[in-house]
Amino acid sequence: MPQVTLTVNGKQHTVEVENRTLLVEVLREKLALTGTHVGCDTSQCGACVVHVDGISAKSCTMLAVQAAGTSVTTIEGLAKPDGTLHPMQEMFREHHALQCGFCTPGMVMSAIDLVNNHPGGITEQEIRDGLEGNLCRCTGYHNIVKAIAAAHPLMHGKA
Amino acid sequence: MYDFAYQKPGSLADAVKALGADGDAKALAGGMTYIPVLKQRLAKPSTVVDLSGLGMKGISVAGGVVKIGAMTTHMTVANSAEVKSAIPALAALAGMIGDDAVRHRGTIGGSIANNDPAADYPAAALALGATIVTDRRSIKADDFFTGMFSTALEQGEIITAVEFPVPAKAAYEKFRNPASRYAIVGVFVARTAGGARVAVTGAGQGGVFRHAEMEKALTGNFSAAAIKGIKTPPNDLNGDIHASSEYRAHLVGVIAGRAVAKAG
Repeated sequence: MPQVTLTVNGKQHTVEVENRTLLVEVLREKLALTGTHVGCDTSQCGACVVHVDGISAKSCTMLAVQAAGTSVTTIEGLAKPDGTLHPMQEMFREHHALQCGFCTPGMVMSAIDLVNNHPGGITEQEIRDGLEGNLCRCTGYHNIVKAIAAAHPLMHGKA
Repeated sequence: MYDFAYQKPGSLADAVKALGADGDAKALAGGMTYIPVLKQRLAKPSTVVDLSGLGMKGISVAGGVVKIGAMTTHMTVANSAEVKSAIPALAALAGMIGDDAVRHRGTIGGSIANNDPAADYPAAALALGATIVTDRRSIKADDFFTGMFSTALEQGEIITAVEFPVPAKAAYEKFRNPASRYAIVGVFVARTAGGARVAVTGAGQGGVFRHAEMEKALTGNFSAAAIKGIKTPPNDLNGDIHASSEYRAHLVGVIAGRAVAKAG
């Protein structure tokens, strides 16, 4: 069986996979990191978004073998070891940007990448456009947009 | 997904060899279309040949031509200062494909090789008169797209780059399916040295096509008024639950008009 070595949340793992195994299957089933969700399984809903070498990617549409040698960050890798939340997680809580919570891990991972890519500031429209690949069926998005706008200055050290 | 053998060659020659030796082997670029195809068991390759170890990334502009490496992602093209300056319509088109996470992995070479009838890049390639460069030859866009999901590529032939001549002006507009966000109709218009060119994606039964009547009208007078009233016969257009062929025919006119107005 093929073996894949990758770093997940700072820790290196070597796992046995099939060539057809998806990255999300490795995360959830081999490494028990079930914070990354599978919603649509057709790369539309974004519940499975993780960072691969710091860039958002849909882990349901990536083979584990493609992730060999990469560094993956999942929702479990955001908070500090002492439990301090990432500013994006904190703002999602502060602004009540979730209801059922199913889409939240993917939302948070996409949102962090989006804010990272807009160091000079981000408009509401840019946030809404940036969430094109993440579906939420509870909130109507308004509080998610507010949370991301509020996290921007915190992440860029302007608050 | 059916299982398959997996190879990640380190050189173009090895990749060509791996694909050429086995008619059931298939190349994998960004995988934004091909992995969903595999997941639905619509394909059963013997070997998946991952092209991500070959480089073939990057953008250069020289002599009035924008050259984009086949493994360059949509996000890179969308954000490229060079593309935005030389052919802003091309950067804008790349930024309209999928969503951020998809644009991070999807590639221009993959999109063009797949020739999905609703894909965006084939419209740009055809309207701009691009040249598709492969491991063995250069193919004009006019000769490259041969039908729905069908191209002039031979088994084992790999796109290495796409060259776009810089037009005087160009623009792309699309009418999205509200759920899938794919183009129901997309129109890329360009005013080139050889006259106006109009390519339509999303609508044709045979994939992307040029609109001769609109090109003729726009070559004489590059304005939305010049193509107002030009009818597109619905006979060869797709009709499905999302849009009938008659509706698509109507949209071709509307979207082409918007694209010309946008090009200015």
